Amino acid sequence: MLKINDRTFDSRLLLGTGKYPDLDTQKKAVDVSGTEILTFTVRRMNIYEEDQPNLLEQLDTQKFTLLPNTAGAKTAEEAVRHAKLAHASGLCDMVKVEVIGCDKTLLPDPVETLKATEMLLNEGFTVLPYTSDDVVLAKRLEDLGAHAIMPGASPIGSGKGILNPDNLRFIIEQSHVPVIVDAGIGSPGDAAEAMEIGADGILLNTAVSAAEDPVKMAEAMKLSIQAGRLGYEAGRIPEKRYASASSPEEGVSTT
Amino acid sequence: MKLRINGTWTTLGEEIQTVGELMEHFSLEQKSVVVEQNEEILANGNRDSRVLKDGDIIEIVHFVGGG
Repeated sequence: MLKINDRTFDSRLLLGTGKYPDLDTQKKAVDVSGTEILTFTVRRMNIYEEDQPNLLEQLDTQKFTLLPNTAGAKTAEEAVRHAKLAHASGLCDMVKVEVIGCDKTLLPDPVETLKATEMLLNEGFTVLPYTSDDVVLAKRLEDLGAHAIMPGASPIGSGKGILNPDNLRFIIEQSHVPVIVDAGIGSPGDAAEAMEIGADGILLNTAVSAAEDPVKMAEAMKLSIQAGRLGYEAGRIPEKRYASASSPEEGVSTT
Repeated sequence: MKLRINGTWTTLGEEIQTVGELMEHFSLEQKSVVVEQNEEILANGNRDSRVLKDGDIIEIVHFVGGG
């Protein structure tokens, strides 16, 4: 059970809604993923042209928790504005703080992220900041009252998996709020690895939406996150340098 | 009246005096959109009756796919 502020979720997968090949594929992927939290972003409506079909208009918004992000914001003030616009829809009270500080790496701006988190907490939002895997920054965000910490595994959309598992482990060990690995997951193995380390959830988008078969990948991610979580709860064996026989060494029948 | 809507200056006919009429003009009355007038987000309840005036900066936003 994933608990974020006062809400609980059976699924530990948070799914992004960008860059799918078509709406039908997206709906099927969302369905098989078992996700209960979908991320969105706020953009200007193209009022002068016929509107493209929009997933949100076809979703049962009672069935999903919507998590708007503040993507596009470069300052804390812009992030707060995005969050307020999203909240005014009446569809959500959670927000993923995403303040990008570098166009090339899309890495978050730590100072603005911290500021935006504080401002939005003061406004009463449930705040989930997307952050780098900086251990001290994660602590500072939790101290402010962030409802979850969302460290990136590697740059957004890179699919490089977990670049620094040690940092991720430190963040997980110190946190008293859920740690959701957000960004950089490429394969089911990456997702399972994060869950085995002890992450409480995974937020991913491109790994599913840009896969050759997004629907199949959505199912693979669901299963790998479940497997990784079970493995974490079960407690893996310590690694050893030498072999250790699985079969009894006594009573071997010889002639 | 001239309004800047989503970054573009647009001249509208006399018949459009309120945000509600603006929504109808662009066929947005059934859509899930959020409207901002001069940097003030309009709450759904009193949005449509809000009176427009010449030179208003209007932003009309909605949710799109994102991660």
